[in-house]
Amino acid sequence: MSHKVVIPIGPYHPLQEEPEFFRLYVEGEKVVDINMVIGYMHRGIEKLSESKHFDQVAFLVERICGICSTSHPFAYVNAVEDLARIEVPGRALYIRTIIAELERLHSHLLWLGLAGHFIGYNTVWMWAWRYREPVLDMFEMITGNRQHYAMMKIGGVRRDIEEQHIPALKKTLDELVRAVDMFKGAVMDDPVIHARLKGIGILSRQQAIDWAVVGPTARASGVNIDVRKDDPYGAYDKIDWSVIVEREGDIFAKTKVRILEMYESISIIRQCIDKMPGGQIDANVKDIPPGEGIGRVEAPRGECYHYVRSDGTNRPIRHKVRAPSYMNVASNKVAAVGGTISDATITLAAVDPCYCCTERVTVIDKSTDHKILNGWDLIKLSQEKTENLKKSLKV
Amino acid sequence: MRLLFNYLIFPGFLFSACIGLMAGWIDRKVTARIQWRVGPPWYQNFVDIIKLLGKETIVPETAKLTFLFAPFLGLLSLVLATTILGKAFILPSESFLGDLIVILYLLIIPAIAIIVGAFSSRNPLASIGASREMKLVLAYELPFILSIIVVLIKCQGAIQIGSILNHQINFGPNLASVSGMVAFIVAILCMQAKLGLVPFDASEAEQEIMAGALIEYSGLPLAIFRLSKAVLLYTTPLLLITLFWAKDLSPFSLVGKYITLLVIIILIKNTNPRLRIDQAVKFFWGPVTFLALAAVVLAVFGL
Repeated sequence: MSHKVVIPIGPYHPLQEEPEFFRLYVEGEKVVDINMVIGYMHRGIEKLSESKHFDQVAFLVERICGICSTSHPFAYVNAVEDLARIEVPGRALYIRTIIAELERLHSHLLWLGLAGHFIGYNTVWMWAWRYREPVLDMFEMITGNRQHYAMMKIGGVRRDIEEQHIPALKKTLDELVRAVDMFKGAVMDDPVIHARLKGIGILSRQQAIDWAVVGPTARASGVNIDVRKDDPYGAYDKIDWSVIVEREGDIFAKTKVRILEMYESISIIRQCIDKMPGGQIDANVKDIPPGEGIGRVEAPRGECYHYVRSDGTNRPIRHKVRAPSYMNVASNKVAAVGGTISDATITLAAVDPCYCCTERVTVIDKSTDHKILNGWDLIKLSQEKTENLKKSLKV
Repeated sequence: MRLLFNYLIFPGFLFSACIGLMAGWIDRKVTARIQWRVGPPWYQNFVDIIKLLGKETIVPETAKLTFLFAPFLGLLSLVLATTILGKAFILPSESFLGDLIVILYLLIIPAIAIIVGAFSSRNPLASIGASREMKLVLAYELPFILSIIVVLIKCQGAIQIGSILNHQINFGPNLASVSGMVAFIVAILCMQAKLGLVPFDASEAEQEIMAGALIEYSGLPLAIFRLSKAVLLYTTPLLLITLFWAKDLSPFSLVGKYITLLVIIILIKNTNPRLRIDQAVKFFWGPVTFLALAAVVLAVFGL
């Protein structure tokens, strides 16, 4: 059969709940070519950032992505600290590391669930997201928010991890190890999952280098890159941990890398808790001198890069952001072509493209049609929920 | 008049659809509990159908008349099969020679209706769904028929539901032998594919081809397809009970057996990812057909 049919995935498609557009050219079930369109979500963040002062930009870049909502501000503050040559207090570095690793945990669990969903295994989806909840609870306990933690600040962090937080955090990590053990068993020993994930969507080592992929996508293809090791920031150089690298380059290897990375993250957080020094959490930065700086962070999806230039005023005159998915999505051109449509969907999702979306809630009283909750009420509700959570965790 | 009553109300359309929708609710509820969710209230499937009936029916410009004709064809033949099967239970003496063959033919028609409807909508996603459905039908029918041949051998070649039932009442269920057990397992796997549930739901794969074969359907025709699925969820397990597991025909034991089969269906559904269509075909034509053939050979030797 030489008749080519176009299968559209996006801009609206149940597979990827975000505006990306993949045109799959198929012959029967086989994908022969693929065309990608991105850019539906352009919000002008870099331009916006030039109109904010340095402290506000940290909140702005947090909104680039709901999932990596600490990686972007982390990279941004790294860039500004590089620019201004700021010494960050040791305790702040450890707290940053803990937050970044908690984020990796929740992001990898989220991906694991979605990957299950994409191959029609909804039980894995729901279970992964259930075990992700305690991680989000930890965020809420420490920072007050499930997402958008607003922890990063130029010269330090905004909130301390207090002594009474530690037992709940340790307990959650212990429970999480058991959950990850379970997922490891369920995913790695299931013959049907092997049949679905092994040997498909292969990105060879050379292809991974040629297409310049980053993060778990590269590490699953045998490319040993990880900003945390290669260019340590935060407290990663003071912690004992290893980079997970697999050679196969297929979807199964990508899954394996992410599952094994969760163990590393848990171990990093535990070491951070033990080694965390006391003292200040903020260097109290006053002025940003003229100059330029870069910040790199290993986000859950790969290297996240920020460049900031200052002219000595209180605003950046240029701010450039490169998110990891931008590098990874293009590699689908080699990974997805040649497989079937069924393989293509999980292959497209296996680079863990970042979902950036926001939600707005309006609660309406049916009898009067009046809006009964406004923004402030929602914030109050959220604060009450945090209080209840802290009570239940005995913090 | 009585025939009409049988066909439309009991044991035909209304009865089977209600049971099927309730079974669908049990499926949704149990699935939800397995997945740490709450799950819908018991009437959810009924209101879903009622809601669909009230929705606008959109017919794509490219579609042919068969697009609207297909869902009715599927439901009508399925209900006919259900009626014949149900009547054989109530009045085994009234079943006619060869009714089993009629039922087997009628049970294929819903799948054919989906294929015809999908192709006539001329949507590329629908045609991929339809071609997957077609491959799946070709894949599971062979082992399914083989497993039924085992039953026929056990019952001395009776191709009449009534006599199959009588034979089991007198000599014990077909299940209670090696060949019967193997054939029963094969039939359960084929049933999962017939119902279009995970791991054999490639033709509707939401994440890949957005409901595939059913993508262009809306309103009444979609409701009819949903009803067909519900009736199928009643008929196929009942057929399996009839053929393999019919020693005790009291309503209580029938309900128990039905729920047992339902639980097996739900468990398979919730502990597996979706198979690619080529893997599903290989699975049915490879190990499953081999098992079915082994069962036939065993049955010939009287095991």
